[in-house]
Amino acid sequence: MIQPASSLADRVQSLAFDAHILAAGFLGGEIVIVTAEGTIQIGREAPALRPHADAILVAKIVADRIVTAGDDGRVIECRPGQAPKLLGEGKGWVDALALGPDGATAWSIGRQAFTRDGKGQVKSLALASSARGLAFFPKGYRLAVSQNGFVALWFPNMAAEPEKLEWKGSHLECEISPDGRFVLTSMQENQLHGWRLADKGHMRMSGYPAKVRDMSWSHDGLWLATSGAEAAIIWPFAKDGPMGKPPRECGARPARVSKVAFHPKALVLAIGYADGWVLLVRLTDASELLVRAGGDGAAITALAWDHDGRRLIFGAESGAAGLLDLPV
Amino acid sequence: MTDIASDKTPVEKIPVTVLTGYLGAGKTTLLNRILTEPHGKKFAVIVNEFGEIGIDNDLVVGADEEVFEMNNGCICCTVRGDLIRIIEGLMKRKGRFDAILVETTGLADPAPVAQTFFVDQDVGAKTRLDAVVTVADAKWLKDRLKDAPEAKNQIAFADVILLNKTDLVSPAELREVEARIRAINPYAVLHRTQKCAVPLDAVLNRGAFDLERILEIEPAFLEADDHDHPHHHDHDHECGPGCTHDHHHHEHHHHDHDHHHHGGLKHYHDEDMQSVSVAIEGDVDPEKFMPWINDLVQVEGPNILRSKGILAFRKEPKRFVFQGVHMILDGDLQRDWRPDEKRVSRIVFIGRNLKEDELKKGFLACAA
Repeated sequence: MIQPASSLADRVQSLAFDAHILAAGFLGGEIVIVTAEGTIQIGREAPALRPHADAILVAKIVADRIVTAGDDGRVIECRPGQAPKLLGEGKGWVDALALGPDGATAWSIGRQAFTRDGKGQVKSLALASSARGLAFFPKGYRLAVSQNGFVALWFPNMAAEPEKLEWKGSHLECEISPDGRFVLTSMQENQLHGWRLADKGHMRMSGYPAKVRDMSWSHDGLWLATSGAEAAIIWPFAKDGPMGKPPRECGARPARVSKVAFHPKALVLAIGYADGWVLLVRLTDASELLVRAGGDGAAITALAWDHDGRRLIFGAESGAAGLLDLPV
Repeated sequence: MTDIASDKTPVEKIPVTVLTGYLGAGKTTLLNRILTEPHGKKFAVIVNEFGEIGIDNDLVVGADEEVFEMNNGCICCTVRGDLIRIIEGLMKRKGRFDAILVETTGLADPAPVAQTFFVDQDVGAKTRLDAVVTVADAKWLKDRLKDAPEAKNQIAFADVILLNKTDLVSPAELREVEARIRAINPYAVLHRTQKCAVPLDAVLNRGAFDLERILEIEPAFLEADDHDHPHHHDHDHECGPGCTHDHHHHEHHHHDHDHHHHGGLKHYHDEDMQSVSVAIEGDVDPEKFMPWINDLVQVEGPNILRSKGILAFRKEPKRFVFQGVHMILDGDLQRDWRPDEKRVSRIVFIGRNLKEDELKKGFLACAA
């Protein structure tokens, strides 16, 4: 149980927005909040940007840029101090988005996936079924596209047909390990599936009561934390991967984990829950720190650390948000 | 310990109405009629991406109709992957709409759409399937039932059928096509329409999949909202004083000679799609019934499109109600049997090549 002494709740500043928070993070030291109603708030003072015609469906934030995509079919990049830039435009909802090395961006609209490299060259790939998840490999210009029945591994600058990693079922989110050795997807059937690329070995990680909609790698790349259960389920990826090894379960509570975010420098996991709670858990001794005791009860939908791991930002379905400043 | 969570009011689920119908039957007409009536409701509309875009609504989404098999060993357990994705996206914009309308293509099978609401937890947590409404072309349906299995599926699956374009056929042809429909699906509520003119409450807020609202499962011949007076199709606006909402039934009685309800309908037997109804005049043993029904849908699920039942379980004061789509069953104890109510257990199936004798024998063996 959490003792009052182990609470950081009094170090959280509350923030409030008027729509579902899609993504939160930090950009050039400033906080960023993206809402489903189409607003991008950068910093506390500046007026919110509204670069899309209507809603924002997906948003990704990295250290120096934020990319959003909306139901207007547009993909827009915002960088600090620069005007929003249109990266691509298509007809239909943008379903998935990924940011890669050297300014690369990928998105999908229905049965078409697109990549745009840092120089602005756009390539497209026709798909057998809609892409649900996209992920760039950490090195090389290569994209994983999760679909129904398989993950396609695509080199946009090569003419060759994408390689297929097959597994029956509908693959949703897609993740690649920081060392590029493992490809993982969450599935419609409440499980994770993975492939060890060296030998195409399969990993089946099941037992979740709900779909896994969020995953986070530890800073050392040895652990993968996942949502979808009433505790964060953390799989070991040292050496050959999690085959035959049980996962760790941290932050068990009577509510489903909706978001997970590993600290950028330490084995500390931030966990957001469907009932609005936020905890920090240290993997080494499983000790827990309370960040938020539920707030308005709405599910946590966004959770991110800043670059140094000094600040944690979270947002909820209701538009409630908060910023934790860790003691030095 | 008190449970704080239970103090929360349950989240109101957004109702979803599925509009099906073969090409050209009038789905888009119905859709536009629903959208333009002065009801003050806001709709999110999901149409297929190849459809005509002539829909006057703020929130219109194009769908790809991607049908996926669930990887759970059940071949008929299919879902619409695009629908899961779209509904997830829509539900992040709560407050923009009060209800969702899904228009399928003319060739679509309604089952994966319906199953999506029962199989996908996230969709099921935030939305509820209200009803499958099928628009049928009075002039051409008869032919389509012969050459288009999709058209037959759509009729078999429907909770509400609009038999549209009645002005293009003679009264005799109309009776004929209605009898063909009833041979496949005697349980849907049928409305004869021109230009899909029906009161909105005939197609919205039906609660067809709501166990609380499955009150009876008698064949719906007498519920039909129809007249034999083609110029009277706007009857809801032509009622005289004192006319109640029940007037359809009154008129049935008053004008019995004009009507061609059950007794007057020709009986057809559709060769591959039928309905089977079995009743036990008394209680059922749940220890026998549950394994039987579960086993039945495991084996016959691909052939059973819809199933429903109201059962009196031995020593159980409440009615047990279930409904199913292919292999997916949803059942619960409902209200008490009333003292003046006869404890009768009845189940119905609509499906393809149903083994009527086996179904009857199997259910009758579950008697308590």
